[in-house]
Amino acid sequence: MFLYLVKRTIYAIPIALAVGFVCFMLVQIAPGDPINAIVPPDASEELVEQVRRDYGLDKPLPVQFGLWLLKVVQGDLGRSLATGRPVWADLSSAIGNTLTLAVAASLIGFVLGCVLGGLAGTFRGSVLDRVAVTTAVAGVSVPHYWLGMVLVVIFSVQLNWLPAMGAGPGGSSDWVWDWEHLQHLVLPAVTLSVIPMGIVTRTVRGIVAEIMNQEFVTALRGKGLTRMAIFLHVVKNAAPNALAVMGLQLGYLMGGSILVETVFSWPGTGLLLNSAIFQRDLPVLQGTILVLAMFFVALNLCVDLIQTALDPRIKRA
Amino acid sequence: MSTTTAAAAELAVQAKEAALRSEGYWAGVWKRLRRDPVTIACASVLLLMLLVIVFAPLVAPHDPYQGSMIRRLRPIGTDNHLLGTDELGRDMLTRLIFGGRLSWFMGIVPVFLAFLIGTTLGVLAGFAGGRVNMLIMRVTDVFYAFPSVLLAVAISGALGAGIVNAILALTLVFVPQIIRVAESVTTGVRNLDFVEAARASGASAFTIVRVHVLGNVLGPIFVYATSLISVCMILASGLSFLGLGTRPPEPEWGLMLNTLRTAIYVQPWVAVLPGACIFVTSICFNLVSDGLRQAMDVKG
Repeated sequence: MFLYLVKRTIYAIPIALAVGFVCFMLVQIAPGDPINAIVPPDASEELVEQVRRDYGLDKPLPVQFGLWLLKVVQGDLGRSLATGRPVWADLSSAIGNTLTLAVAASLIGFVLGCVLGGLAGTFRGSVLDRVAVTTAVAGVSVPHYWLGMVLVVIFSVQLNWLPAMGAGPGGSSDWVWDWEHLQHLVLPAVTLSVIPMGIVTRTVRGIVAEIMNQEFVTALRGKGLTRMAIFLHVVKNAAPNALAVMGLQLGYLMGGSILVETVFSWPGTGLLLNSAIFQRDLPVLQGTILVLAMFFVALNLCVDLIQTALDPRIKRA
Repeated sequence: MSTTTAAAAELAVQAKEAALRSEGYWAGVWKRLRRDPVTIACASVLLLMLLVIVFAPLVAPHDPYQGSMIRRLRPIGTDNHLLGTDELGRDMLTRLIFGGRLSWFMGIVPVFLAFLIGTTLGVLAGFAGGRVNMLIMRVTDVFYAFPSVLLAVAISGALGAGIVNAILALTLVFVPQIIRVAESVTTGVRNLDFVEAARASGASAFTIVRVHVLGNVLGPIFVYATSLISVCMILASGLSFLGLGTRPPEPEWGLMLNTLRTAIYVQPWVAVLPGACIFVTSICFNLVSDGLRQAMDVKG
């Protein structure tokens, strides 16, 4: 197993490099000279030439990639065209907010999904099963940005219970763990949680139903164990897979929260991406996507490693 | 002796009749589908929507672009405007009908393109094996390392707004997913005995792929592709919602949702209508895909 862990970790390196290359190419495939992504459009001819040399943009593409990579590894993601500030400065505070949102949504989705999926898998074919399956399909089919708007209409506009925008009172973008900030978290987190809820429900239902059909469960019943004790056995067997699905969902939520963040003006990476797209601020776009994708690669690796450690039965190539 | 011969003859007749009675694979699929009320209901809803969208100019009561400044944001149930009007005074029902055209187009075309490209590459990788497989699958792994929403936003964000760019981005999101499915089912089929038998009897690689492999892998890949339509529709509308897909004044559900966002304090229920359309379409596609999967007995 140890060998597998090492092999899996080493395999993540070329993937990370390739992901970096795709992010690097984003600026290259953008229409127009990539130099326009670095200097403001009103820069003088001399400055443009100067920057072109400084950034190595007069060199062949592979060399450019190497130079770019060298900078990225040192934490230099370039400067924003719109604000002139280093990309990393804006990104670092935004990542925290997105992580808060994604973790909250994952927890809600995971708990609901496990309860629904567990019940559905145990009582297959019952009314409960139908309700759970329908909820799961609705969860993965709903355009969550629209669900966010509907929740705002109900809970902010009509009932006036919860705030509709931002991460804190007065549009503050710094997250603090207090009641006022938590109120702002409720609607976006619930909105974002429907996707993992649906997927976890489906997965857990399948796993539980499969386990319940296995012989060892019948044996446990025959031994005279209580429902509760059998339930614990099932949980122990289902946990590694369910956790793996959840771990990946956290990554999908980090990368996919852009729409929900736009609806709720949540000051995270999604809102940053949105304004970068709007202003065609390519360094910010590239930097944000690179960091989010790297996070996803790392998460994938962690999930694989933890799953292998938790469940030694899984044979890996 | 004579009784056994008679019994054997009887059996042969029975077998012949059974063979005549048993239908082909597709007849069986259709029979199972007919008994599935949810799938039939959803398919009917989709068919109805498709008809309305195709014949939009005949069905829609107003002009989708013609607004009126004095009739902005009327509520649902207004005279002459059944579903109210939008922020520029255009008839909502008309805009929703015409909006379906682009939303459906952008939901289906990328999946169709990805189905063509992904199946070709996936079957190639699965059938050829070895280095070809290595090359195709490792490149696929890289695109798999991006969450799909992020990849779509990244590519269409870099390329700039526009329908063609959005379709390009979405196609690129779905190609790796279809390659993975196509590769795994092809690898499964390739090692079966009948492929070996075909090879032994001298069939060329092309014939084996065309007759023996494609016939067995297209079903599962197709079912998987239909399950992507719902995702694609949500993603495509999402891109338009972010201002990356369709551009105003073109009616499209995601874009309409975006432009009506500021109106949720004035006419909340009119503002959320386009999203309801996306939801209904997407859930119907999902349920039809589930029904197909069960009727065609596709695993996974």
